[in-house]
Amino acid sequence: MATLGIGGTGQRLLRRLNPGPGGWQVGLATVATVGLALGLSALLIAVTGGSPTASTKALYQGSMASPAAWSTSLLYVAPLLLVAVGACVSARSGFFNIGQEGQVLIGALAGAWVGLRLAVPGPLLLVLVLLASVVGAGIWAGLSALMYRFRGVNIVVSTMLMTFLAQQLISFAVNTPWLLQESRLGRGTLSPQSNPVPENARLTSLGDYPNLQLNGGLVLAVVVAVVLALVMARTRWGFRLKMVGLNPAAARHAGVRVGALGGIALAISGALAGLAGALLLTSPVGTNRLQPGMSLNIGWDGLLVALVARNNPLLAIPVAVLFGVLRAGGSFLAATGVPSFLVDVVKALLVLAFVAPPVVIGMLRRRRLADQPATPTSTSTAPVAAATSTRPADTSAPVTGSDLEAAGPAASVPGPRAAAPQPADPGDAGTAGDKDAMEGRLA
Amino acid sequence: MSAADNIATILSSGARLTVPLAFAACGEYVAQRAGTLNISVEAMMLGAAFGSIAVASATGSATIGLVAGALVGVAVAFVHGILSHRVQINTFVVGLVLNALVLGLTSYLITVSTFTGHQVWQVNIPVLRDIPIVGPMLFVQRWPVYLLLAVVPLTWWLVERSRWGLELRAVGENPQAADVSGIEVNRRRRQALLWCGLLAGLGGAYLAVGEVGSFNQNMTAGRGYLVIAAVIFGAWRLGRTLIGCVVFGLADAMRLALPALGVTMNSQLLIAAPYLLALLAMLVFATSHREPRALAQPFQRGTT
Repeated sequence: MATLGIGGTGQRLLRRLNPGPGGWQVGLATVATVGLALGLSALLIAVTGGSPTASTKALYQGSMASPAAWSTSLLYVAPLLLVAVGACVSARSGFFNIGQEGQVLIGALAGAWVGLRLAVPGPLLLVLVLLASVVGAGIWAGLSALMYRFRGVNIVVSTMLMTFLAQQLISFAVNTPWLLQESRLGRGTLSPQSNPVPENARLTSLGDYPNLQLNGGLVLAVVVAVVLALVMARTRWGFRLKMVGLNPAAARHAGVRVGALGGIALAISGALAGLAGALLLTSPVGTNRLQPGMSLNIGWDGLLVALVARNNPLLAIPVAVLFGVLRAGGSFLAATGVPSFLVDVVKALLVLAFVAPPVVIGMLRRRRLADQPATPTSTSTAPVAAATSTRPADTSAPVTGSDLEAAGPAASVPGPRAAAPQPADPGDAGTAGDKDAMEGRLA
Repeated sequence: MSAADNIATILSSGARLTVPLAFAACGEYVAQRAGTLNISVEAMMLGAAFGSIAVASATGSATIGLVAGALVGVAVAFVHGILSHRVQINTFVVGLVLNALVLGLTSYLITVSTFTGHQVWQVNIPVLRDIPIVGPMLFVQRWPVYLLLAVVPLTWWLVERSRWGLELRAVGENPQAADVSGIEVNRRRRQALLWCGLLAGLGGAYLAVGEVGSFNQNMTAGRGYLVIAAVIFGAWRLGRTLIGCVVFGLADAMRLALPALGVTMNSQLLIAAPYLLALLAMLVFATSHREPRALAQPFQRGTT
């Protein structure tokens, strides 16, 4: 990376921001593709007879124009962020969980059951509701891990199938009198739902700044995101998680219990999705009742947030805000005659716009590397450099098994620092390439 | 209504509900044998359902609509193939995004436009339809149902008997070995996906221009996921996959028919049954290792 005339700290910061060599290319390409995605969305509105500018204005008005609009946006941000952080954890371990939609519902179910059945005074009930949702959804996701561990059932498929089971379970719960069906005198049932959870099981608003209502859930979600980001970046556990995700064979070789670790990661991602479900139940996003449709696709959207944030919990915070804004704006958009489904299109296009450039540019770089003859660094004396610099000769493979196996023994000394020896001489070419390759895998 | 009539009704509506699943399952089966755990089959079906109604409404011909639907399926498959087997983005990520994109796009477009309903013609064979119980199921159906009779053997022959299929299975089992023996792994996977798109498109289009005659928002309602479940339920064998589709179709038909017959049964359980069955099948059959070894693993030249 070229020196930009900034001091050491600044450079370190820039390097951290820089997702590897070609980081600026990726940035520029992302700006271009996001522009393209927004352009396509505008075109779609124009073709179907709407006005792109009016729609944009409506989106803005519903989500950001006033403190009240911001309040709505931020209410959506909390559950989205929780789901996304969980998805980051599981994706990083390679145990790709796509059942968040169901886990959100299970969390809400467990929370609702505790909230409606236990007569506990004061805010203790809220704590119990949140705990129940965490435990319930954690176990639900843990079932998938168990099925994988003992019967080799594909995680993606089992989490997906269990989403549909969860949906029917909720429907069953609110249709069954002895479980959670609403107790009403008249039988004029419109849609099945549970009773509302009591007042002391609801998250309170943290003060009322000029009309801006900050819900406690948001604070909770941000804290969870920051804590998990630190855990993943700075602890042995986080490092092992990454190892398992990048190369399970090498991790096993280095003494990591892959199945257990992946299972825990999966359970954590489920637990966080469950917590998101509890927020849907206890914060004013919904009606404070358990309803079959209460997940509002938060599970699917949270997954998309994690994709855009490239499995980085801290990056997930701004992305979740973006998605929350789109959600709040989308429901306002409907008032102007443009269906809010448009927002779903915009979201999907945005995800593609964010996900594709790094991968495409990584691919182009690999091609270019493959075309070049072996670089002079391959004759370098440092043993670590020898392990990393075989890559240019090694046609198109960024992260090969041999690469990580070579990193294996070093990594058996646990701790992030020990396993990332920085060769002084080959410098950025080798290490940054590794990082690039890792992120390519993770994306 | 007599008992025989009831059974005939359930069977014939079960057949109707099985057909879109069976079409798409034939496609998903091919994609999975090639190693792509394709979760965008939902997007293929939904996009095709929309495309078929839109084109049928524009041209006035349901048959042209059906063809257009199949082409929409192919288009989604093409995008999926490029993104996951050329650009090498994680195939689940691609599938999820495509599902979200198509769901949003079709929901949006159907609310800003109106289409007239169209249905393909019905085969109604005079004498045979009067056979008790199985008559209505076999001889009073829309014509794409009979297309299925050609698609199933063709798919089986393609995968199990043709050279293309041999290479396809090699790609799904051991892409490295296939690569060494000169097969272009990712191209073969893209081809398998296109076949999947074509058939999933036919399934989705049948749903729209065959069974219902119009398009509703999210009209596939998770059928694509059911198809994936069917392939897994069938332990990656075409015959058993189709049996899975029939089971799911019948369960669906029962759910619709039982309340009308006065039988009370837990409807949630019936809806969940296919997914539960697929999970149980995976739990039971997992030890026999019948899934393609490289299922859902991306292939890049030089990796291990």
